[in-house]
Amino acid sequence: MHNTKKNRLIDKSFQFWGIGNTFIGIVLLAIFIGYIVYLGASRLSFDFLSSLPSRFPDKSGIYTAMVGSVWIMFLTAIFAIPIGVSAAIYLEEYQKKNRFANILEINISNLAGVPSIIYGLLGLQVFSRTIGLGGNLLAGALTLSLLILPIIIVATREALKAVPNLIKDASYALGATKWQTIRHQILPAASGGIMTGIILSISRAVGEAAPLIVVGALAYVPFVPTSPMDDFSVLPIQIFNWISRPQAGFIVNAAAGIIVLLVITFSMNLVAILIRNKFEKKMN
Amino acid sequence: MKKLKENIIEKLLFSSAIFTILTTLSIIGILLYEAIQFFEEVPLFDFLTDTQWTPLFDDKHFGILPLLSGTLLTSFIAIAIALPIGLSIAVYLNEYANKKFRKIIKPILELLAAVPSVVYGFFALIIVTPALQSFIPGMSGFNSLSAGIVMAIMILPFISSLSEDALFAVPKNLREASYGMGATRFQTVFRVTIPAANSGIIVSVILAISRAIGETMIVAIAAGQQPRLTANPLVPVETISAYIVQVSLGDVPHNSLEYRTIFAAGITLFAFTFLLNNVSFWLRKKYQRKYA
Repeated sequence: MHNTKKNRLIDKSFQFWGIGNTFIGIVLLAIFIGYIVYLGASRLSFDFLSSLPSRFPDKSGIYTAMVGSVWIMFLTAIFAIPIGVSAAIYLEEYQKKNRFANILEINISNLAGVPSIIYGLLGLQVFSRTIGLGGNLLAGALTLSLLILPIIIVATREALKAVPNLIKDASYALGATKWQTIRHQILPAASGGIMTGIILSISRAVGEAAPLIVVGALAYVPFVPTSPMDDFSVLPIQIFNWISRPQAGFIVNAAAGIIVLLVITFSMNLVAILIRNKFEKKMN
Repeated sequence: MKKLKENIIEKLLFSSAIFTILTTLSIIGILLYEAIQFFEEVPLFDFLTDTQWTPLFDDKHFGILPLLSGTLLTSFIAIAIALPIGLSIAVYLNEYANKKFRKIIKPILELLAAVPSVVYGFFALIIVTPALQSFIPGMSGFNSLSAGIVMAIMILPFISSLSEDALFAVPKNLREASYGMGATRFQTVFRVTIPAANSGIIVSVILAISRAIGETMIVAIAAGQQPRLTANPLVPVETISAYIVQVSLGDVPHNSLEYRTIFAAGITLFAFTFLLNNVSFWLRKKYQRKYA
């Protein structure tokens, strides 16, 4: 009897331990973000969003970095989405189960685990130097599209897998070809899951600094990039640059920049979750 | 005509799939190409045994050990914190929490991994280090402890989510048998479910380690730029990834030995993550078969 009581006590205590652990990370993040908002909110203004970077913290803004981030987002999406979705369709709908399929699968799982800084080295050597793009937007976007390609492929495959076979069989029974079935039945049915994956991967690209620094993106860009061949900076690099300055004013700028960056990443994640939930409901 | 179109489309899709293999080959090829040129000038033996890394100074040493120790130290701190917490979360969500709570909390936890790492770097340098300094006197402004702690928060969802998936995959009848014998939830989890899910849990930990080793901005911002062979978490260190960023920010001439150091450092980092990723892939295949 004594033992049973003890076991029940352990069982009950773990419940509290588990709740505590579940919230510790979230609570810490909330405290950190609270501090950032406290530090940076007063700096957020139209001036901050529309000013070029400057030597003086209170005159500096994130305009060029924001335009750079939008360019990067847009170009990366253009390169990564078609290739990622096509590769996933091939793997899920065409590839026969054989040795080669296995190699492709190991390879993609490996690519997903390659550190982002290594993609930076790849981009530096291939796009910046061999092709000769230097540190421009195109080189940065091509590098980031390689980085997010495995994420898009994995998410798209999951979405394709979730489409019921019934839909496929019905389409074939009506005489549709394989591609017609994919194009008109499978892809529309999987679109919610694919969109979720794409948004999450782009949100990842928006937050990346390391690979772009390696490729040669600049920390200080006093002009607005107007074509893919222009040099650029992005929000995370601008924030990094401000963090590494000694003046306290730049730390406040960094905090304000982080608020903007977090609003962008969190809203993208929120949209992705909403699409996923809506899609799941539809599938059930 | 229809058949031709189908064929062309299949070829196009196939080339996208092949593109992923080309990417891997390019990564390996480029790292090897530059690293081999590096090792023509610096003996591999020195690279692996010299205890100093000073390629940017006059007295040049090319020992990878200080960078490697910095990388492993920050990752070790992160895993040592994230593993018990992440596993507790996984157990709690799987065995104790109700379904609705689990469904709401999992995406929120995954948000921790979505925060850009430059933001975590700011947390480590501006918030965590000053807070720790107030009760650890003598702690340096750059150190591996703060970087490791913050990195732990970032990799937490890897461990908690993937471990929870592994626990979830354990067949219900194993657990029911345990309850039937009068075991509590705690006993069931630690004596039945976790042992049954162990390879899945190991996979989650390996992926988290791989992520921690390659993490760049947190350590570049908060851990310092002083390569040193130490296990002291309170002093500045430098990781492999932070070194690559440091060189990229400066203007090192192309085709110089200094330029090639980032590829030699990069291939070392790549070798570690490549090994970890392959082991985890292999383990995952193995346990998927177990309960398929």
